[in-house]
Amino acid sequence: MSTARAAAILLTKELRLEFRTRELLNTTIIFAMVVVVLFSFAFNPTPEESRRYGPGLLWIAFLFAGSLMLHPSFAREQSNQTLDALRMAPVSTFAILLGKMLANFIFLSLAEVVLVPVFAVLYNVSLAGVIGRLILVLVLGTLGLVITGTVFSAVSAHARMRELLLPLLLLPILAPLLIAAVEATVSLLADEPVLDRTWTTFLAGFDIVFLSASWLLCDFLLEE
Amino acid sequence: MKTRIAGTVVVAALVIFAGYAALYIAPDERTMHEIQRIFYFHVPSWITSFTAFTVVCLANVAYLLTRQQRWDSLGVAAAEVGVIGCTIGLLTGPLWARPVWGVWWTWDARLTTTFILWLLYVSYLLLRGLLEDPERRATLSAVFGIFAYLDVPLVYVSNRLWRTQHPQPVILGGQGSGLNPTMARVLLLCVVAVFGIMIPLLLDRYRLECLRHELDELRLAVEARSTNSDSALSPATGKDRS
Repeated sequence: MSTARAAAILLTKELRLEFRTRELLNTTIIFAMVVVVLFSFAFNPTPEESRRYGPGLLWIAFLFAGSLMLHPSFAREQSNQTLDALRMAPVSTFAILLGKMLANFIFLSLAEVVLVPVFAVLYNVSLAGVIGRLILVLVLGTLGLVITGTVFSAVSAHARMRELLLPLLLLPILAPLLIAAVEATVSLLADEPVLDRTWTTFLAGFDIVFLSASWLLCDFLLEE
Repeated sequence: MKTRIAGTVVVAALVIFAGYAALYIAPDERTMHEIQRIFYFHVPSWITSFTAFTVVCLANVAYLLTRQQRWDSLGVAAAEVGVIGCTIGLLTGPLWARPVWGVWWTWDARLTTTFILWLLYVSYLLLRGLLEDPERRATLSAVFGIFAYLDVPLVYVSNRLWRTQHPQPVILGGQGSGLNPTMARVLLLCVVAVFGIMIPLLLDRYRLECLRHELDELRLAVEARSTNSDSALSPATGKDRS
């Protein structure tokens, strides 16, 4: 079976599992909203400030939400030893990882679809006219988060205190992604919105570097 | 044992001489004066720490390719030495920055990169502490170590594009840059002295880790044997044996 086909089957399985309960999505969205609201209490920004700092807040909320949401991705497979079953399936290990990355990408994107409009309303940011370019930045940033996050979810799944460990491993690695995504979003929300080529390319580069690394290292990651 | 004592004496002499050279032989810097002498401790500790992190990455790759326990031991030894160097750098940096830049800390490219680097390798050591099975610990921490090392250039480039306050590279930095020759020689001496401390530290830590691993294996073997004899013999005899 080709990797793409196997990944698609695993993706369907992940989606079905999640949409039976939707517990992961619901908690992630509410958690990210709490972060957005608390930020406004902590800094009480003026409209001018919220345009400058809003993108940073938004990405911090995504990063925190992502680092919590990605944890069950592999930890969930452990309670009933379903990871062993996946390993025994005659598919490449990269297909397993890819299926999970795609599923996590869809979950986090859905959370963002809810969060971005809420953010725009609460912080008086107008998104009209930049929505297409904003989606590009969001997709590139979310991909990077999900690629590294899924890999680290597999790393931390075997450790003690794994819930705490995943954000600890993930957030420092994501520092360059955060800078690039925030700067790209800031230039989109400025008075004269532009798509910052440098930062967008940087985001794409980040995704490519870590996707290639996961492809090279996936056999070690999922071995028994 | 004799070589150890000789080695210790050599390293101690080297360190004392390097300290003397940094404080008395190196010429006074034109604008920063005495405070600039911290440079001779600050830069060598960075150089060793970055070297050590490179060793971690190489050891991680070597472990994944060969599956020999010693590469894992080398990885953890180098990571610990690197974290020490990095911590010294992070402590001496603000001491230097405060009188010269007027602030303890600024979010410039090199500072931020190093801080993230420090966080990454502390997480690497924490991760190792939280993984129980030795083989899995070696494999998973190697994967994490490679990811962390790949992240370093990305952190640096992103911060470079973002903002920077450090001097443009002084050494090998193109036209108009360059150290006074005496300063360069003193710096070189200090780099050698710091390596003189770090390399024996790394080797000792490496040996310790290998011994620890051996001990773990022996303990597991003893446990396996005693459980076998427990099932074969009466409980009392089994207890005597263990």
